[in-house]
Amino acid sequence: MEGPVLRAQGLAKEFRGFRAVDGVDLDIAEGSVHALVGPNGAGKTTLFNLLTGFLKPSAGRILLGERDLTGRRPEQVARLGVARSFQITSLFPQMTPREHVELALAGATGLTWRFWRSHRLLDRFGDRAAELLDQVGLAAHAEIPAGNLAYGHKRALELALALALDPRVLLLDEPTAGMGVEDIDRTVELVRKVRAGRTVVMVEHNMSVVSSLADRVTVLQSGRVLVEGPYAEIRHDPRVISAYLGDPHAED
Amino acid sequence: MILSRLAARPLLLVAGLFLALALPWMVYPPVALDIACWALFAAALDLLLGFTGLLSFGHAAFWGGAAYVAGLIAVHSGLPFPVAVLGGAAFAAVLALPIGYLSVRLHGIYFAMVTLAFAQMVYFVVNQWRDLTGGENGLQGVPRELFGLDLSDSFLFYYAGLPLVLAGFVAVWRIVRSPFGRVLASIRDNPARAQALGYPVDRYRLLAFVLSAALSGLAGGLFAIGHGFASLESVYWTTSGQVVMMVVLGGIGTLWGGVIGAALVVELNDYLVTAGFDGIGIVTGTIFVIIVLVFRRGIWGTARDLLQARSGRGPGKPGSGDAPNGAPSRSEDVGSPV
Repeated sequence: MEGPVLRAQGLAKEFRGFRAVDGVDLDIAEGSVHALVGPNGAGKTTLFNLLTGFLKPSAGRILLGERDLTGRRPEQVARLGVARSFQITSLFPQMTPREHVELALAGATGLTWRFWRSHRLLDRFGDRAAELLDQVGLAAHAEIPAGNLAYGHKRALELALALALDPRVLLLDEPTAGMGVEDIDRTVELVRKVRAGRTVVMVEHNMSVVSSLADRVTVLQSGRVLVEGPYAEIRHDPRVISAYLGDPHAED
Repeated sequence: MILSRLAARPLLLVAGLFLALALPWMVYPPVALDIACWALFAAALDLLLGFTGLLSFGHAAFWGGAAYVAGLIAVHSGLPFPVAVLGGAAFAAVLALPIGYLSVRLHGIYFAMVTLAFAQMVYFVVNQWRDLTGGENGLQGVPRELFGLDLSDSFLFYYAGLPLVLAGFVAVWRIVRSPFGRVLASIRDNPARAQALGYPVDRYRLLAFVLSAALSGLAGGLFAIGHGFASLESVYWTTSGQVVMMVVLGGIGTLWGGVIGAALVVELNDYLVTAGFDGIGIVTGTIFVIIVLVFRRGIWGTARDLLQARSGRGPGKPGSGDAPNGAPSRSEDVGSPV
């Protein structure tokens, strides 16, 4: 593991006097899996939206390597190498998974401006799309409109879309939210597989997922960083226990 | 089932082409050209409303603006009328650039209101600039020049103008089924997601707006040449309203629907005017309300849904068998409460 690839410095977001994110410093090490945890309303999703340009920070800076991401638009952040999935599944209901992934792959090429060509132009991304769908276990469902997919498959498609952007940093907003045990195990395996060569930041409530995946954990509370460290350390921190984890043996 | 679906498309196309060619035999020829022009206008608006998810309430600026520019080119240059019409379309595209730039970042009703406001500004300019536009008298005496041919007969002129309209339809069809059209559909369904995939949503919307305006201008320019004058009404907000009504009547996001809506409204207007009836607005308004209440997806949209339900592709059977044809049905919200 090397220096930080993604950094937040004094990041803050205020909504009508309410500070959802209140001066967060974050260093995400290159190649690590970094989990953000904290009780509801701790500011995790707001922080994600700040990091990906969907919200403009009231104060503070965001750096990707040497590059300043502060104030950039979501599509620019995505192009620069920070891809995200959404907490609430966010897809195009009428498009098939294959079409989704083709669209994600085509974005960087400029081909999608060609309004005078047939959409078959996107067929050239078909092979790569099939690979990605296979990787997330959707090969058999590539041609079903996304609106008709089972929940677990929708989440898998979210992941495939983020991967299609081939990002340096992958931001996963609750990748296992609402999943059954089997799907959770599959997702954990998947994240383990795709983390090779990139950095993963994930918001996650499920502590067994955090413990099996995360190199470092940042605990947020009321928009501030409460504690940061490896899972084994922070899980015994009394402040964390009282804020969030409850009984330290509850997970065992 | 797949075969019949594949066969249905060319069949529809042939039927449409046949109708387009036979139209001046079926209705009064000047009305036939009106229908063709309004149908293209409706399709151009649907490109924005149905395929990009933007409700423009100011498309009269492009239709009417192009009408005046095409008329002026025809009056002052004596060039063949297709050049004048294309000049009008080009003007509409240029006009759409600043208007679109300032409005595509707004959404929903705000977008509609801002486009309406810009269109009213265009109306104001056209009305005030009397020396050029003729003010409320309109721009009179627009010739139908084409290499010295005698096109004074509306029946003949319909066929002279039809290639422009058909070219416009091909353009709309191509745009909808292009890589660009795929992005537009994704923006319509989920703009935040499209952004997260790296797409500059507003720039795509802007290009869609400009293309839509250019095609509206093509229709408006031909309309002016066909009538021999450009009227102040063509840039008035009622024109924007009428084309929206046509698209909604026929079915948003269907292309064919706009054609049906245009034919219905133009034919009805003509019938009522010929019959000397004054309250046209009341009749068309009532029909509009009834159709919107009964056929919630417009005439064509509802008919298509019924056909698809009959052939087993209804909303109750998601992803059954023949889904992988790249043309998923738009039946997600059929079950939504009224």
